[in-house]
Amino acid sequence: MKEFALLFRQPDYDYSKTPKEEMQALQKKWQDWVGGIAAQGKFSSNGVRLATEGKVLKAGGVITDGPFVEIREMLGSFIIVKAGSLEEATTLAHGCPALDAGGSVEIRPVFS
Amino acid sequence: MQESELIQTLFRQEFSKMVAVISRQYGLTYIEIAEDIVSDTFLQATESWGIKGIPPNPAAWLYTVAKQKTLYYFRRNKILHTKIMPELRSNKETSEEINDVSFSSENIKDSQLQMMFAVCDPVVASEAQIGLALRILCGFSIDEIAEAFLSNKETINKRLFRAKEKIREEKIKMEMPDEKKVRNRLDNVLHIIYLLFNEGYYSKTQNQILRKDLCLEAMRLAIMLSEHEATNQPKTNALIALMCFHSSRFASRQINENDLVLYENQNEELWDKDLIKQGLHFLNLAAQGNEITSYHLEARIAHRHCVKEDTQEKWEDILQLYNQLLMINYSPNVALNRTFALYKAYGKETALSEALKLKLESNHFYFLLLGELYEGGDNKKAIQNFETALSLAKTQNEKQGIQERINRLT
Repeated sequence: MKEFALLFRQPDYDYSKTPKEEMQALQKKWQDWVGGIAAQGKFSSNGVRLATEGKVLKAGGVITDGPFVEIREMLGSFIIVKAGSLEEATTLAHGCPALDAGGSVEIRPVFS
Repeated sequence: MQESELIQTLFRQEFSKMVAVISRQYGLTYIEIAEDIVSDTFLQATESWGIKGIPPNPAAWLYTVAKQKTLYYFRRNKILHTKIMPELRSNKETSEEINDVSFSSENIKDSQLQMMFAVCDPVVASEAQIGLALRILCGFSIDEIAEAFLSNKETINKRLFRAKEKIREEKIKMEMPDEKKVRNRLDNVLHIIYLLFNEGYYSKTQNQILRKDLCLEAMRLAIMLSEHEATNQPKTNALIALMCFHSSRFASRQINENDLVLYENQNEELWDKDLIKQGLHFLNLAAQGNEITSYHLEARIAHRHCVKEDTQEKWEDILQLYNQLLMINYSPNVALNRTFALYKAYGKETALSEALKLKLESNHFYFLLLGELYEGGDNKKAIQNFETALSLAKTQNEKQGIQERINRLT
């Protein structure tokens, strides 16, 4: 078994106007999805969750406010899973709630 | 009470205490001597009480005789003067009477607590830890341990012998580790207690009394930890809560062996309400602090099962708890229970597609679950899975239950 990082990107993470019940349902969806991976014994560890605000440093000392001007999706968080191959890890990513939010999951092998 | 019965009960209650106190006084190196002395004490009790009758305070009688025997052994033995005395002197600043073996309740409690941490020292192999805990902490006989592990006396004896040798080689001391070590080692101690409890609760032996005793001993040890400041952690309380909730259903479980499916058939009237209340008390204590351990999650699941409603909300909650539990600690059993909760919360179709990913092909519960999920939708596949479960099931009781389900579908 190798380890793979599943990186979640979404165009938007602003849930400030989302009703409480919907937030809870969304959390459940995430938990159920990760739980499904864990039930197969393929969950390795939870990555950190990144806040929405941030700064970007570019060559020449240029600092911008967010990394999100030029790319449509921003990195929200990630988990580490165990899988035999990149294909299998990609299969695990199916059903990820980020996809429902118009986002994507990037699957990357982790060096160990 | 009959004399032999009384001695048996006293053995269970007092053996571990006396061994712990003597080992603490003279050092863990002499754990086997301590066992011999205490066994010898009980032998003498059997002989003497048979002739003279049972003394007014049997426990005190045992303590006195054990004390005499201990002092006699170590005084007569040169080891006392050449080895133990100098070491005891250097360890103890005060010049208190080091020859005294005190069976005060305070000393018993401290000794047993230290013994618990000594037995759970990581240098002792984990399967030996459980055996040693059963013997030294719970006073189980070698026969009983062999039965609990479905093993034979010889294997258990060898295992315990090696464990005690390891304790000597590594010079493990009877002492309360410092706070940092307590925190690290506590996980191990709690795990052993958890395994003891599981051994009783999911025991494969037919000996009901033995099963119940194992669970009670596990609870006694955990409660002892909760009475000591350094070990009274939220996770300790979570473990106690977990055991209370599970034990509350003991009486109703004994009729049916197969808990995964037959929980629904349990007679609620037989559930122990007091234990459920106790469990809630400890669950509240467990809620202090920031750490969520698998004991917390399992206790909350067990608590949810102590209320026999069948609402979607309940099953969604249970599902969330299982999701978290799997992330901390994967096991095929938890994966199956999680899928069962998924079925109860969101229906067969959702659960089936998840269940098919599990591929637990040597587990009869897995095929039982698949059968259940196919039932009503694709009865042919349901029967196929039940038949696979039937061929994998181990006990007659389980086989019979599965056969009945097949018969209903054909």
